Amino acid sequence: MNEEKNGLGISKQLHSDPVSWVEKYADDLYRFAISRLRDEEVAKDLVQDTFLAALSQLSRFEGNSSEKTWLAAILKNKISDFYRKQASRGLNEIRQSETVQQDFFDLENGHWNALHAPGVFGLEINNPLLTKELSGILTACLKKLPPLWYSVFSMKHMDDLQSEKICMELKLTDSNFWVIMHRTKLNLRACLQKYLK
Amino acid sequence: MTSALKKIIYNCKQATFLIEKKNSGKITVAEALQLQIHLAGCAVCRTYQQQSLLINRLFTGFQTKDLKLDEDFKAGLKRRIEKEINKN
Repeated sequence: MNEEKNGLGISKQLHSDPVSWVEKYADDLYRFAISRLRDEEVAKDLVQDTFLAALSQLSRFEGNSSEKTWLAAILKNKISDFYRKQASRGLNEIRQSETVQQDFFDLENGHWNALHAPGVFGLEINNPLLTKELSGILTACLKKLPPLWYSVFSMKHMDDLQSEKICMELKLTDSNFWVIMHRTKLNLRACLQKYLK
Repeated sequence: MTSALKKIIYNCKQATFLIEKKNSGKITVAEALQLQIHLAGCAVCRTYQQQSLLINRLFTGFQTKDLKLDEDFKAGLKRRIEKEINKN
């Protein structure tokens, strides 16, 4: 069945037209990447990497799925690779931030330290007009997280992955995973509160 | 009172940990009970719980529909793709 596709360089044999990719798909891919990464520069890089990787695999694309689905699948892999790289760098950060987190609670009895105890945000958090503003603040707070934490949090919530799958992908233990989820939320919450004061 | 119970009643660190487990659907029946008892007596952790859920909602509700790549970047990308094709 591959007979037809042996002439790799001849574009009429291919099921895709790369010259039109940027026009047709770049913005959609970028939006998807941003929603997973919340970082414009990284998102741009990965969109570019996606197109270049797709070019090099062009002869293997058989048109069974749509071009768009095919490109999105490549992008998803690039994002997973990015997370994995972050994770392998990130285990040190867990240890470093140990002290930051202990600060939230009394070492002896686990009570909130007065300075860090959550206070009411003092605004109508269900007001849709505020949601956009809060979302912007949250993005700023997310950028301050260690990359590994962000990766874990994002994989859990954006892609709704099971914790076992995330642990496997990022080579974390189950207890590491929950410690990261907990610390991430403590830090995000404290960060939001600081902005809303 | 069992020691596990005593521990959770006064321990906000453990309670907030359990809140995160609960939000992700991984809490055991015993843990859920411990958490419920803690929250009944701890207004600060109840606030935490609300805000924790709010953060999840904000995070998953993030809107990207107005975002676009800038035209310069797209033009550069297009040139790059054309160059790669002509190589072959």
